Amino acid sequence: MTVLPVAPRATTDPSAGRASRPAGARGRDWRMALEIVGFTAPALLLFAVFVVWPILRAVQFSVYRWKGFGPLVDFVGLQNYVSVLTDDVFTGAVGHNLLIVVLSILVQLPLGLAIALLLNRRMRGQGVLRTIIFVPYVLSEVIAGVVWFQLLQPGRGVVETLLGTVGLEGPFQGFLGTPELAMPTLIVVLTWKYVGLAVLLFLAGLQGVPAELSEAAQIDGATWWQTQWRVTIPLLGPTIRMWAFLSMIGSLQLFDMVWILTGGGPANATTTMATFLVNEGTKRQNYGIAAAASVVLFVIALVMALLYQRFVLRRDTDDADVVRGVR
Amino acid sequence: MSAVPVTRGSREGSGRREGGVLVYLAALLVVIITLGPVLYAVLGGFRSNAQLAADPAGLPDPWLLDSYRRVVTEGAFWTYALNSVAVAVITTVVTVVLGLMAAYPLARYQFRWREPLFMVFVVGLLFPATVAIIPLFILVTRDLSLGNTWWGVALPQAAFALPMTIVILRPFLMAIPRELEEAATVDGASRLQFFWRILLPLSAPGAITVGVLAFVGSWNAYLLPLLLLRGDMKTLPLGVADFSSQYSSDTAGVFAFTTLAMIPALIFFLAMQKRIVSGLQGAVKG
Repeated sequence: MTVLPVAPRATTDPSAGRASRPAGARGRDWRMALEIVGFTAPALLLFAVFVVWPILRAVQFSVYRWKGFGPLVDFVGLQNYVSVLTDDVFTGAVGHNLLIVVLSILVQLPLGLAIALLLNRRMRGQGVLRTIIFVPYVLSEVIAGVVWFQLLQPGRGVVETLLGTVGLEGPFQGFLGTPELAMPTLIVVLTWKYVGLAVLLFLAGLQGVPAELSEAAQIDGATWWQTQWRVTIPLLGPTIRMWAFLSMIGSLQLFDMVWILTGGGPANATTTMATFLVNEGTKRQNYGIAAAASVVLFVIALVMALLYQRFVLRRDTDDADVVRGVR
Repeated sequence: MSAVPVTRGSREGSGRREGGVLVYLAALLVVIITLGPVLYAVLGGFRSNAQLAADPAGLPDPWLLDSYRRVVTEGAFWTYALNSVAVAVITTVVTVVLGLMAAYPLARYQFRWREPLFMVFVVGLLFPATVAIIPLFILVTRDLSLGNTWWGVALPQAAFALPMTIVILRPFLMAIPRELEEAATVDGASRLQFFWRILLPLSAPGAITVGVLAFVGSWNAYLLPLLLLRGDMKTLPLGVADFSSQYSSDTAGVFAFTTLAMIPALIFFLAMQKRIVSGLQGAVKG
């Protein structure tokens, strides 16, 4: 690449160096500007109409009392925000989302690491195992939810039957119908659904950990466990932080699984911000309230993503250098 | 590093030694827990509701095809499947075509507004569709009159898939050596010809990755179709959810419907597993 004199000139138009082009410089500039507009305009237009505009409208709706018909006239300032933030159901929903963010990471991280390290050993059927572990992830949340809903049916679901064979009795209203058990059950189903993604990302990360390192540790007398704990897992840091980011964003927007399994119930025990705003918007036609809730969701997601980028992902430039240096 | 014996392949390091019996047992446990619910649904479709009620944990005895036959001959299964395919294909084509087009100047042209323009899409990564869902519903049904149509669902889905697509594709297009462009120019090709004849074929692997991600996202989508599609326009996830709530006592029927809705996609997605994982990695690192 460095042989060619053109390559390092990063800040100038690549066509500017070609003196043999017949058209004048001004004509070339115009042509290039036209190409840039032509290539990017369709994507920008689609993005503006279906992403930017609806989000701006959500902000606008959030300061009006509006039932979905007639013009926006009933300006109420920040009152929708006050209603939402003092609504126990919504603050409960924010709490549920944060709980799901934290528990998803706390449960799936050790489990995913354990399974990834297990699958990273040389063993028969490794490829098949990797595929199997990915099955729940590629299912839609709706299909996974409908299947689990049937498995968890009170009285006649297979989960209670299996518990019965070891002498345990299911709760009277079922796992999803008992307020104290609904959230833990949801976490279990989400873990089943999403741990496969963690495993596959960690396995991909393990491919980048040089075997020489663990060999060196072993030569120095480290056991297999010590090698994993002290050498392999620290080198997986960037992969783990990247996965945790994906997991966090997903948990904050959680809707499908909750809607299918519990609809947010029982007694709002599993309501999330997304189920709250869909419920307010489509079932009760409180568009102003729903919009205020969606803006709050957006701000929470944005702040958490920015904080994460600032304080956690930023380290990874250094980490990547460490790995490269070792290689 | 030179101390490491050259004869050992790097993949045969001690960190990846052969597993013992315990390792296989642990793997077996993982397989049972992972596949158990899916297999139970597949087998449940071959049982009758009486069988399921008498012994929820049993195997089909005898094996019955009734539930599966009913799903594929009666009801709207094929209609839902067609809608799912159509919406997913439109979403994928729009996402990949517009994404490639936008990523091309952002990757290979030098102009003043290049980085700010790219940042528009990077920031777009942080906009979850959920936030905009109510205004989107109003925009699509009232302002554009696209409610209850394939395009009405596909266009917003493509719009929300664009940021990730462009963030993945741009480094991909940047990595194509400049020498190729030089050579094409020497041979008299314009930038547009270079895009068509050389860049597009070379970017096929990247395009397939983002295409698969867009397809999977659309195929599994629930919230937007839930608000926009009714009756004969519903997609499979809506159909599964409806069937499950309407015929909740027909457990065998629910299992049969769910199984038929998930198996073809499952096979396709598992075949594309590597693309999905590399795409998700690229989206964050990008």
